[in-house]
Amino acid sequence: MSNLKIFSKGFIKENPVFVLLLGMCPALAVTSSAINGLGMGLATLFVLVMSNLVVSIIKNLVPDKVRIPVFIVIIASFVTVVDLSMAGFAPALHAALGIFIPLIVVNCIVLGRSEAFASKNNVKTSLLDGLGMGLGFTFALTLLGAVREILGSGSIFGFKFIPGDAILAFILAPGAFIALGYLIAIINLLKKRYAK
Amino acid sequence: MEYLLIIVSAIFVNNIVLAQFLGICPFLGVSSRISTSIGMSGAVMFVMTLATIVTYFIQNYILIPFGIEFLQTIAFILVIASLVQIVEIVLKKVSPSLYQALGVFLPLITTNCAILGVALLVFANEYNLVESVIFAIASAVGFGLALIIFSGIREQLELADLPDGMKGMPAALLVAGLLAMAFMGFAGMV
Repeated sequence: MSNLKIFSKGFIKENPVFVLLLGMCPALAVTSSAINGLGMGLATLFVLVMSNLVVSIIKNLVPDKVRIPVFIVIIASFVTVVDLSMAGFAPALHAALGIFIPLIVVNCIVLGRSEAFASKNNVKTSLLDGLGMGLGFTFALTLLGAVREILGSGSIFGFKFIPGDAILAFILAPGAFIALGYLIAIINLLKKRYAK
Repeated sequence: MEYLLIIVSAIFVNNIVLAQFLGICPFLGVSSRISTSIGMSGAVMFVMTLATIVTYFIQNYILIPFGIEFLQTIAFILVIASLVQIVEIVLKKVSPSLYQALGVFLPLITTNCAILGVALLVFANEYNLVESVIFAIASAVGFGLALIIFSGIREQLELADLPDGMKGMPAALLVAGLLAMAFMGFAGMV
């Protein structure tokens, strides 16, 4: 597989949220606005790239039997780094994302990429894979957040363009499920049309 | 009365799946049959209660006295992962019948963010030990309730004639959205 393909597959073809259906908890929980979705996506991107990098460097030093706990500790360390730096530099975003920052540890995408890709490939391709997957995740969360923000509060990235109230349900829990359901349905349809 | 409030709020008002978005992966993944979702709910209740008790002691007797709260995430996920392993080994020896019912779900639980989420929420809400245990059990009941209702609907959904792109996950997500809307009716009860 060429480097470009490794990098770009996370965007549409194997998009973690829309196609692989991984990392659904943060995708649904924090996307009440485009900014929150973007922040969560970037935090996950950082953890994904760094853990892929470290896992691919140490893959030959770790015995096969204990690899999963080792991966989890590596991921948890980077999550702690993100948690503490976000609390220091972006306290408002940190408060909005709440417990979903520490919960990046149990996000299946991060462990999934370490186990399925970085533990078998060299440093360069692992970095590209982490970057591609992370950007795909960020793209999905920002898109979902933008759709919910436009419908739910009539604004985008905080700029209000519809005065007054909008469909409040899209900011609340039901809107998350419904918006993601329709987005996946649209992507399924597009994929079918492209395949023909 | 206080305990009753915690129970009602954790099961209905702040339902862990439909209002807090924790444990979505098993909620969408193992909900195609009612029987498997009952097994999953049992396993989650068992591990969630144990994990909350163990992490409560770790937080209050190890992390806080030594001033190393920033290790919380790493410590908790390791404890939960090893706890699941221990439960699996002990259950296999002590109660083979229970192991048969819950066994296949146990490895999946390590990456169930509901377990770590509840352990973290306990400290965010500043519960004491009794309240934490009640909160963990009630959250697990809420998880089971949502999962079993959802799988019941999905079993019927398989027979429905849906438009092309809607088949499978999109339809399931819409059902979850409607279910979340129904659970919103409980808001204001507490």
